[in-house]
Amino acid sequence: MSTSLTARDGVGRQVDYWWTVYKRTWRGGIISSFVSPLFYVVGMGVLLGGFIEGDPARLEGATSYLAYIVPGLVAAHAMQLAVGETTYPVMGGIKWHKSYHAQMATPLAVRDIVNAHLLFVLSRIGSATAVFMLVLAPFGLFESWWGPFLAWLAQLLVGMAFATVVFGVSARMTSEEGFGVIFRLGVVPLTLFSGAFFPIDNLGPLLAWVARLTPLWHGVDLSRMLCLDTVDWPLAAVHLVVLAAITAWGWWWAIRGLEQRLGDS
Amino acid sequence: MSLDHRATTPALSPWGALSAITLRNYTTYRRYWKLFLTGFLEPVFYLFSIGIGVGQLIDTFEFNGQSIPYAEFVAPGMLAASAFNGALLDSTYNVFFKLKYDKLYDQMLATPLTTADVARGEILWGQLRGASYSAAFLLVMLAMGMISSWWALLALPATLLIGFAFSAVCMGLTTYMKSFQDFDKITLVQLPMFLFSATFFPVEAFGDGPVRWVVEATPLYRGVVLCRELTTGALTWSSAVSVAYLLVMGVLGLLLVRRRLDKLLLT
Repeated sequence: MSTSLTARDGVGRQVDYWWTVYKRTWRGGIISSFVSPLFYVVGMGVLLGGFIEGDPARLEGATSYLAYIVPGLVAAHAMQLAVGETTYPVMGGIKWHKSYHAQMATPLAVRDIVNAHLLFVLSRIGSATAVFMLVLAPFGLFESWWGPFLAWLAQLLVGMAFATVVFGVSARMTSEEGFGVIFRLGVVPLTLFSGAFFPIDNLGPLLAWVARLTPLWHGVDLSRMLCLDTVDWPLAAVHLVVLAAITAWGWWWAIRGLEQRLGDS
Repeated sequence: MSLDHRATTPALSPWGALSAITLRNYTTYRRYWKLFLTGFLEPVFYLFSIGIGVGQLIDTFEFNGQSIPYAEFVAPGMLAASAFNGALLDSTYNVFFKLKYDKLYDQMLATPLTTADVARGEILWGQLRGASYSAAFLLVMLAMGMISSWWALLALPATLLIGFAFSAVCMGLTTYMKSFQDFDKITLVQLPMFLFSATFFPVEAFGDGPVRWVVEATPLYRGVVLCRELTTGALTWSSAVSVAYLLVMGVLGLLLVRRRLDKLLLT
């Protein structure tokens, strides 16, 4: 029997829960959300970038290596946070602290549980990437005032594309062992080869096409063209459609996965 | 309380103790073979991405008077950094878990094993794992033509030295940790060491001031430069300094671990 709630009501009833989670965990998140990416900006962007000539022809229109990597780093960071927030925490809700089961004992439906969790992830990604972009704004890396705003929305979309799909994976997984493999064979190579650190053409024609098929590349490229004001609108539209389609499918898949999982147990 | 039972139980030789602990680690670790295999890929991914992808944006670097391509510059850095990362993770998260949640060391000390055996056994296990990664990585470097000297044969023991130094010290420091929240502090040390130890760019990037002295005094920098000197064959007296530095660090760490385990588990 289910007395179905509206989507708004379903999420609204969980606000105090996620607010409590946030209040208790935000300190741990500071280092992974803000300090680590800043180390990367200084190490790779500033120091290694000092040895790289700021040639727009070789850097997809960027006049310095720092300006080149920052939009990609932030997009990759959105992905990393999204994966981090939808692996162990989702398994925790199912298996360890069983908060999903507790939530299911109320009028909440699986859809509401997934929505609220994903909105929490969205707020984490949104705040982390916004602070990141704001801190970098004074360094003259952005070519227009509106580009970084749109780039931030693009980063949110990248985050949600990964958050929904990985939520679906986690909802179906029975052991946390697989998460290590997701990070090593998914997150790390995507971060390194999706055009965040160097133009994917440097990989050679074949691998460059492989990189173009990865969702992160769409996000990195979109984020970068908006920050550098080198927007190729038809291509931007393709990026947008790909990321939105993944997010929509992932959302459906996540809800379905959790429905099956909680129904079985 | 005196440890009277030790007088009545037959003593284990240090080698017997080491092999017992190693066998135990091997038995439990077999389940995690996927993590073991993929662990090797991480530095290789970094090498291809940074060394080759970013390397096309950089001409060459000067190192000890030689001019070397960027990928050849980064590869020994990744070799050393991977030994460092592996040792660090093994001797912090794993040790913390065994010490605090599994109570594994309490159980081990209920057998004829001593705290010194436990410390040596855990570090040896980390080294075996690290050595297999380093050897595989060196083969990748060789296959890609990134090794230009026979001295590179010594790069494998050099990575073991790096692993030993960090395992011992980090295991010692882990005994002071109270909760998982403390692990954020590890990231705070690990990431800057990884990024700023002349792994990705020459130490000249820091100028000539005190920042550079600080970098040159950090243990990972010594390890990175040592590996780079060995794979390029550009050895200097500072290579010997690096070796002595890491050796002393490891021995001090080992003494700390032993003292701390005595204090935590035998009182």
